[in-house]
Formats: sequence, structure tokens, C-alpha cells
Amino acid sequence: MTSPAPTLPSDTVPKRRRRRAFDWSTATIAALALSAAATVYWRDGAQHFLAILGGDVTLFGEMLPKVLAGCLIAAFVTLLLPREVVARWVGHESGFSGLLIAAFFGFLLPGGPITIYPVAGAFLAMGADAGAVVAFITCWTLCGYTRALVWELPFFGPHFVIWRIIAALPLPLIAGLLARMALRAGFARENKD
Amino acid sequence: MTLAINILLWLIVFGLAFIAALRGRALLNDGAREGAWEFIRLLPRITIGVVGSGFIAEAVPKALIAPWLGPESGFLGVIIATLGGALTPGGPVVGFAIGAAALKSGAGAPQVIAYSTAWALYAIHRLVIWEVPLMPPRVVWLRAAASLPLPFIAAALAMALGQP
Repeated sequence: MTSPAPTLPSDTVPKRRRRRAFDWSTATIAALALSAAATVYWRDGAQHFLAILGGDVTLFGEMLPKVLAGCLIAAFVTLLLPREVVARWVGHESGFSGLLIAAFFGFLLPGGPITIYPVAGAFLAMGADAGAVVAFITCWTLCGYTRALVWELPFFGPHFVIWRIIAALPLPLIAGLLARMALRAGFARENKD
Repeated sequence: MTLAINILLWLIVFGLAFIAALRGRALLNDGAREGAWEFIRLLPRITIGVVGSGFIAEAVPKALIAPWLGPESGFLGVIIATLGGALTPGGPVVGFAIGAAALKSGAGAPQVIAYSTAWALYAIHRLVIWEVPLMPPRVVWLRAAASLPLPFIAAALAMALGQP
């Protein structure tokens, strides 16, 4: 028996939402950075200022090819892996393998919160249990390669990022199991119609 | 290590581009254009964040960070970092810049891992702004509740591994 496939909101497939080049978060950090840079300059002198700038720019430059690769991988995966297909996979699995598959797709699917939460909602609509959805979102957040390559790597460098992800590997499954236990214990019980 | 990662990543890029090309020229062009534009759009933010976090780390007195978040701060440091992560507002540039600045100015790696894990999983503003409008609320709160212990587990694992 197959239920009619609910469709995803149109803005989730396949194009990602355009990002503005500037926003308030970045402006805040820019203001903080400028005052910090000024502090360093007046307190420690121009030489120390340039040494820090040089070190950061070098590290950043080394990471740029990886950031570009991350963006391209995300763009191609978005085009090649229709989200409806993923939703059907995750929605029809259950048990521990359901958690594993959900976590795997959490790792695989690129995109920001605007695209990932509607996909997670579609999992629910296609019959996935809340535990699988929790594993999916947790893995996307903690182990997803887009976020790691594009955001985390330029800030922390490969050594830190790789070990952070290794420490995070069991977490999606733990979160999924905890969510199932909480559901069984009566937390956030679904209203029966 | 950084060269090996580069080679692996670009092999994946070319593999995916090849599959896209097999499905049609238009798909290949779309993917390449989307990816390149995303990169260009993100570049200013990441630059500001990375360079900024270096200066913020340098400007913050190290004597202030070490007792609260340093490697010797132990479990208390992990709790402080987790609370800090949950309360940090803003997009990725803010969370990663603060985490990187803390690490550079003497915070311990397990504490920084707890901070970024908490920030990524249950930063309160993100739950309210992104997740609640897009998901059934009961699932949002269930996910947040199930995530509560995760920063502590991640920090404990990092301590047990002795890395990074």
C-alpha cells in the first residue's frame, strides 16, 4: 500500500534560497572584529597586528579550495538527489536501521535550515517516526559535510574539525534513541484524531 | 593532511560533475554555477569571521578565559560552554567566530566542542525562528529535549580520545 506522496514546498527543490551577501550577524562580528583589531593595534603595535593578520589570512587562504569544493559538492548533490526520493526512503524505514538511514541522509543532504526542516517535515508526512527525524536533523547539524567544509574548516582548521566530527558520530543515533524513549514515556505525545 | 583532503574533495567534485554531465549539459552548468555563486556569496562573511576571530582572540585577556573555559576547567567549563552555546544568537558566522576566538585565547578543545555542539543543536533563537515555523512543534521540543545531553557526551568523548 502506497500513500499518495506529499510534495515538498517548491522552494526546497531544487534551488536553494538566495542568501543575502550581508546580514546583522556578520555586521555584529565585523564591529567586534574592528574594535578588537584596533585594541590589538594600539596595545601591541603595528608589527604584532600584522603578524596576526598574516597568520589568519594564510590559514584562510589554505582553506579556500576546500570551501569552494564544499559549495560545488553541495550544489551537485542538490541537483542529483531529489529530496522526494530521500523522503520516501526515510519514511518507509523503521527500527534501528531507520535511524541509521535517516542519519546517513542527514550527512548527505546539503543546504541550510530553510531547506532541511521542510524535508524533515516531509519525512514525518511519509510515515517516518519522530526518532528518525531527530537522528536526521542531529546528523545534518553535527556531521553534515556542507557546514563542516564551508563554515567550520576556515575557522578551526582540519585537525580540530575532523576530531570534533569523530566525537559527534554517535550523537545522532543517541538522540534518535532518546527521542523514541521520550515518546514511549509519554513526552510530546501525538494527538490522535 | 590538508593536501590529501583537497585531493579527495576535488575527486568528489569531479565525480559528481561527471554524473551530472551524463544526465545533460544543462545540469552540469547549473551545478557549477550554483556552487560558484554560493562560494562568492559566502566569501565576505567567512573572511570577516575568520580574520575577526583572530583579533577577538588576541584582544580578550587570556587570564579571563583560562579559569572558566581552559583545559583545566573540566566539567564546569563544559557546562558554562554549553549554556553559552544555547544562548548565542545569530547565524553561523557568530557561533564559529566565537568558538574559534575562544579556542585561540586558551579555551580547552572539549569545552569548545561543547559550545559549538550546543549552539548547533539548540541555540534558542534558531529553534524559535527556523524550526518552529517549519516543523510540527511537538517534534521540535522532542528534538531539543533529546539533544540536551549531547554537548556533554561530545565533550566527554573528546576528553576520552585526548583529541583534538
